[in-house]
Amino acid sequence: MSSSGTAPAANSGSPIIEVSGLCKRFGSFSAVENIDLTIGRGEFFALLGPSGCGKTTLLRMLAGLELPSDGTIRIDGQDMSFVPANKRPINMVFQSYAVFPHMSVLDNVGYGLRIDGVPGDEIRRRAEEALELVKLGGFGARRPDQLSGGQRQRVALARALVKRPKVLLLDEPLSALDAKLREAMRLELVNLQETVGITFVIVTHDQSEALSMATRIAVMNQGTVQQIAPPAELYEFPASRFVADFIGSVNLLEGRVEAASGGRIRLACPGIATPIEMEQDRLPAVGSTGWVALRPEKIDITKEPPVEAGMNTVSGKVEEITYLGETSVYHVRIAPDLPLMKVSSANLDRVTRRAFTWEDPVHLSWTSSCGVVLDR
Amino acid sequence: MARTPIGPLEYTRRTWMRLTLLATFVFLYAPIVTLVAFSFNDSRRNIVWRGFTTKYYEKALGNSDLIEAFVNSLTIALLSTVIATVLGALTALLLWRFRFPFKAGYEGAMALPIVIPEICMGVAMLAFFAKVGWPSGLPWPLSLSAIIIAHVSFSFPFVAVVVRARLAGFNQELAEAAQDLGASEWRVFWDVMVPFMRPGLVAGALLAFTLSLDDFVITFFTSGPDTVTFPVKVYSMVRFSVTPEVNAASTVLIVLTVVLTGIALWMQFRQEKKSS
Ligand SMILES: Nc1ncnc2c1ncn2[C@@H]1O[C@H](COP(=O)(O)OP(=O)(O)OP(=O)(O)O)[C@@H](O)[C@H]1O
Ligand SMILES: [Mg+2]
Repeated sequence: MSSSGTAPAANSGSPIIEVSGLCKRFGSFSAVENIDLTIGRGEFFALLGPSGCGKTTLLRMLAGLELPSDGTIRIDGQDMSFVPANKRPINMVFQSYAVFPHMSVLDNVGYGLRIDGVPGDEIRRRAEEALELVKLGGFGARRPDQLSGGQRQRVALARALVKRPKVLLLDEPLSALDAKLREAMRLELVNLQETVGITFVIVTHDQSEALSMATRIAVMNQGTVQQIAPPAELYEFPASRFVADFIGSVNLLEGRVEAASGGRIRLACPGIATPIEMEQDRLPAVGSTGWVALRPEKIDITKEPPVEAGMNTVSGKVEEITYLGETSVYHVRIAPDLPLMKVSSANLDRVTRRAFTWEDPVHLSWTSSCGVVLDR
Repeated sequence: MARTPIGPLEYTRRTWMRLTLLATFVFLYAPIVTLVAFSFNDSRRNIVWRGFTTKYYEKALGNSDLIEAFVNSLTIALLSTVIATVLGALTALLLWRFRFPFKAGYEGAMALPIVIPEICMGVAMLAFFAKVGWPSGLPWPLSLSAIIIAHVSFSFPFVAVVVRARLAGFNQELAEAAQDLGASEWRVFWDVMVPFMRPGLVAGALLAFTLSLDDFVITFFTSGPDTVTFPVKVYSMVRFSVTPEVNAASTVLIVLTVVLTGIALWMQFRQEKKSS
């Protein structure tokens, strides 16, 4: 798609997980539909999507807790589509953490090793090491009901990591924590992943979580994968209106493609006087419908029309202002029957000395390279 | 000094409420208190208090027929409890885990022995054992087999109901987590399910034990001519006269039942405190 400013996927050697044509049907309802996916070794991979889109179902199929209706799952080169969960080199951190209530923290962490028949003193040593790793050293003798939610999650993490799996699956690991702790845990999970070097696959419906942690993100909707890309690429170059809208905030201007050549596209948008010009490698067909996707922070809002040439400009009236602390979002009416344009601008000065207020006529402008033209 | 007015929820400060409570306690416990008190009465007859003695306890303990009946009762209770607990737990698991045709019907039918009048159960058992020609005159532990089967059949639904209620709160992810960590289905059962069910199993088992220990009606119909259980023996003694000896023996049974029920409640309470 584009080569600008995207982190490389941590692919070294053969992929650890290859999913092809994967489907899961519950009765006549299709929860996962024809998914193809490759996850490289050492990646921090995120499955992102709205509630009910099939993220958990996909994760459970990877873990072996749900059997696919169709398609294959290869783990480290071996077909594991129908191998039961207890025979897969994969461990999972459950959404409810599922810490065994009748065992001490140390016994919880050592459980997987005990099943494998590891000798007692080695279980103890490795379990204590794992607890140290998640900063729970000295908590081994406690019972799960004597732990906070965040600590219980660490136990679940240690319990899964102690078996040194090839892949660690995490289902919404941060959703039960409070906002501050969640932020801290994001960083900690990333550090942990770098320390242990295990591939992490994390499920989340929080886009900022996925953007800040993952090396690559798969955006899902209604059982299908919409786009797989590193965070910056996903944000800057969404492949569809769904992705553009789901990740962050976006303005979509619908228009007809009038010209497309040499990396430049011209669209005529009903309600906007001058055609919009955008730069893009991938060119849509002339005459088709396209959508210009613009991020609110990439649009300039000014009192006077911009002086530089080659800018796209529309004029309008401020209808609504949302104050968000570090930024304010201006909702600008540019045509009677178009949705309001959202423009965010940093609050560099005191709010009372803000340049615009309600009902002010303003000019919105953006360069031809700061958005994308979508064809679906 | 002005009295504080009675709040809307302060029922215990209302006179009619206190009277009702008192009446309830008298009706419930007066007969039992009398029974226990008169077991220490130094008199052949159970009517007037003639001073304290423990000789009827000695007499009861020296009564070999009574002791034999007591041993029979305990043996029956123990064996039927073990069988009923296993059967009840498996039934509960089946009802919790699987869906199958006519499940609701099965669940209802299984719980039927709880609501069927005991006398009907007794007659049904009598007819059943007569029909299949259950052998009588077997050597000792086997001679109790008919009673044990009867007891299992009316006590296992209680175990099933208790364990089933406990399983309703089970987090399926616990079992999945164990499986994910490498446990086979069998190990998941022993390492996760059984510990979770334990309070239900204990409560159910104690329930089955006390039900079996003091059952009279069904036992009366299923016991052969030469197997006598404690309640049946007490009944036959009372037919002649209510002596303090009967009181003493009954008191022992009451104490046993109360202690066991207390243990069951305490274990249940402890588990609840732990899981909350
Ligand atoms: N066992 C099941 N039987 C029937 N339908 C199911 C089953 N499990 C999941 N589904 C359905 O499949 C769809 C996807 O469910 P899934 O749990 O994967 O969603 P999700 O993306 O994890 O959502 P959330 O973010 O809310 O957790 C949902 O519509 C759900 O109702
Ligand atoms: Mg989910």
